[in-house]
Amino acid sequence: MKPGSDSFDVAIVGAGVSGANIARRLSAYELDVVLVEKEADVSFGTSKANSGIVHGGFHHNKKYLKARLELQGAMMFDRLKAELDFPFERCGIVVAAMHEDEMRPIEQLYMQGVENGVIGIEMCSRERMLELEPKLSEDCVGGLYAPGGGIVEPYRFVFSLVENAQKNGVRLMTGFAVESAKREGERWTVKAADGRSIKARYVVNAAGLFADEVSRAFGAEDFAIHARKGEYYLLDRMTKCKPARVVFPVPTSVSKGMLVIPTVEGTVLIGPTATAVQDKTDLATTREELDTILKSARNMIPSVSETDVITSFAGLRPFMEEDFYIEPSKKAPAFIQVAGIQSPGLTASPAIGEYVKDLLKKEGLKLVEKADWDPFVRKVPRAKDLSPYELDELVKKDPAYGEIVCRCERVTEAEIVEAIRRGHVTLDGIKYFTRAQMGRCQGGFCTYKILKIIMRETGMGWDEITKRGEGSSVLRGEL
Amino acid sequence: MKEMRFDAAVVGGGAAGMAAALEFAARGLTCAVIEREEQLGGILMQCIHNGFGLIEFNEELSGPEFAERFEEKVRKTAITPLCSTTVIEMEVEGEEKVLSCVSSGLGVIRLRAKAVVLAMGCRERNRGNIRIPGSRPAGVYTAGLAQRLVNIEGYVPGKDVVIIGSGDIGLIMARRMSWVGCKVHAVVEILPYPSGLTRNIVQCLNDFGIPLYLSHLTTNIYGKDRVEGVEITPIENGALMLEKSFKIPCDTVLLSVGLVPENELSKNMGIEINPMTNGPYVDACLMTNIPGVFACGNVLHVHDLVDFVVEEARRAGAFAAEWLAGKRGGKEVRVKAGPNVRYVSPSKVAPARDNKLYLRTLVVKNDAVLEVKLNNKIVRQVKKSHVQPSEMITLTLGQAELEAAASAPDSVLEISIQ
Repeated sequence: MKPGSDSFDVAIVGAGVSGANIARRLSAYELDVVLVEKEADVSFGTSKANSGIVHGGFHHNKKYLKARLELQGAMMFDRLKAELDFPFERCGIVVAAMHEDEMRPIEQLYMQGVENGVIGIEMCSRERMLELEPKLSEDCVGGLYAPGGGIVEPYRFVFSLVENAQKNGVRLMTGFAVESAKREGERWTVKAADGRSIKARYVVNAAGLFADEVSRAFGAEDFAIHARKGEYYLLDRMTKCKPARVVFPVPTSVSKGMLVIPTVEGTVLIGPTATAVQDKTDLATTREELDTILKSARNMIPSVSETDVITSFAGLRPFMEEDFYIEPSKKAPAFIQVAGIQSPGLTASPAIGEYVKDLLKKEGLKLVEKADWDPFVRKVPRAKDLSPYELDELVKKDPAYGEIVCRCERVTEAEIVEAIRRGHVTLDGIKYFTRAQMGRCQGGFCTYKILKIIMRETGMGWDEITKRGEGSSVLRGEL
Repeated sequence: MKEMRFDAAVVGGGAAGMAAALEFAARGLTCAVIEREEQLGGILMQCIHNGFGLIEFNEELSGPEFAERFEEKVRKTAITPLCSTTVIEMEVEGEEKVLSCVSSGLGVIRLRAKAVVLAMGCRERNRGNIRIPGSRPAGVYTAGLAQRLVNIEGYVPGKDVVIIGSGDIGLIMARRMSWVGCKVHAVVEILPYPSGLTRNIVQCLNDFGIPLYLSHLTTNIYGKDRVEGVEITPIENGALMLEKSFKIPCDTVLLSVGLVPENELSKNMGIEINPMTNGPYVDACLMTNIPGVFACGNVLHVHDLVDFVVEEARRAGAFAAEWLAGKRGGKEVRVKAGPNVRYVSPSKVAPARDNKLYLRTLVVKNDAVLEVKLNNKIVRQVKKSHVQPSEMITLTLGQAELEAAASAPDSVLEISIQ
């Protein structure tokens, strides 16, 4: 394909974790692929605000596609981490029963896990649970342990996937909100709200919360995606309540419940709630729900303290029915639906990439492997992870590693510059890439420094800098 | 990695750090001041309003002017200022403390010192700390960040402003934002009384006709991309009056909801922290639980005035210098915060000499009496026409009052407000 051409073999709508995995998978073939995203950066929807968990494979029955993809996807993370340099760790998952009545569902989860072929899954006595997780409440009566479960930084995962896809020729178009689509001969013409348009032979609808709207724009199936809000608290890395493993309560019929999660980066996340909301852009947190989270978390780990709270946030999970909806449209030609990707979507996402690649093949897309496909991204050294000796060596090569910009998460100017050079030019984009502004001061000390670095590196004016894209301008005037 | 060696290292080059360092220099001791910003002065550099130095210099200076006077003194001594340098780790190695510091010019330095003075200051509490619900749009900033943007960087963060919390920085910023042509619609305070100094209420709010809502809680922040407004709810008899909630449209929310001493470095070194102040526990010589490590200024407890900060820092520097000279503290008496007192700093006094104490009340009270008891016996009573939590109280206790403690074991000094 000629650079700048607007005609592609495959267009993927939505650069969340599903779209990113599909794009990266397709980048291994001799195809012209475009990934379009309505937000200012990738991973700015559901993929940025979730529990960041690679699930243990025992929550869902194998009769569901989501369970099969979860099991397959979970196995793919080790290799992906080695290739794509994102934070991931198999710390294990425990499900804590706090009452004798909860031991029956634990047993059912265990049986389901065994049936699903989960390696190392274990029914635990109270003593075993307290040994696995000493921070647990003394009231714990027993539980389940899945050693293969893990934690991942979801936005970094998406950033790496997209970066690697781009390295292998995939074109990314952000700020591209699909408005209409028309099939002309063997091609779709897809128009964005801002007037841009692209052509593609195949289209994959991975539009998350808005997959219903995108489906209608293509004249495909008419379905409704509902949003379920999950609110979270983030706790300081100095907290005393940090568990060694992800701690789940016994699930209910609608949700896996509120968890205590030791994040890969050392902080602790508690939540989420699960509330159906009408407005699919409603990311507001509420006083009542946040109180519920603290109570629920303390029930399992009593040392959870509200004085450790750094911030709260909410994410919206799309749901349409019990299972994922991944299949070629029966109404629109060459249009693949990847919708209703709720939990365990993040875990399943690498397998979704694989699955959609196969669907496209069945639909007639010719897949020829690229001889020069490069599965790796260039690693960014992180000052936080280095010993003083290693940091010293690095500063000699790049003095910007000696400028600490974000003191709370120890992020250097070099890392901020790297984020900007990789296309993350909003405050939130830089936050997700580097962790600057994500620590205990929440940007109180470093925001002005980051603003100056953005202006210097990109040539943007003060009035062009946003928190997360159009409308979210950071500054309103100059003296 | 480079190695450096000093008698003393001061972490932080603000008012406290400079004042402490000057004490070492005055006694001929070698000393480094490690400062992460490009210049010495700390947060004073963005405080371009006046009101600094009334006690210290008997005149009203701006923040940068106050800092400059100390910086000039520092430059005339042999003190080594290490600016644009961040301490990333502190350890104890035998008799020495080792500070790993990083800068772009020198890389990582292993700085060894026999004594260390902690003077890192504090940070602002943020939205998450006080759990304001609502959306997370652009336009929510701490007052200190806004102050930096306006006073140093030359940018205006927003035009229609609501300030949450009536801390001093918030009040100062209410006036500053008004001066740059913004409309400040309200200052909202959860408590029934202001958190800032009375003079700031008068000069920064009343003089500009900015309404102050006391006993009001911010119950929501609206806006998808940029702030569109806040919801304010009155508190009556301790209960939220949700039916009386109202909305104030604005594009900017500034938070002035308290300061927290920044002690993560200290905690990682093993220093014990007092949960009442969030600063280290210190003895009568302002020394932490690690011998040879001292603390002063806002990293020890949050002060109202920089004049108090430098006073305390000078003592910390002098005590540290004495410690380096081999002097070890004598008998000390535990200090207890009694009824209506939130904390007293330091938490010990030495009966053999004068002790300067700083304390904060828990209550607002007119015609109060500050009462000092030693082993349940009143040794001092001070009449106070008015006390409130936002105004720090100073007190000096001397040998005369404390001598009874010199003989009695397990003595306790209790300070209360009656």
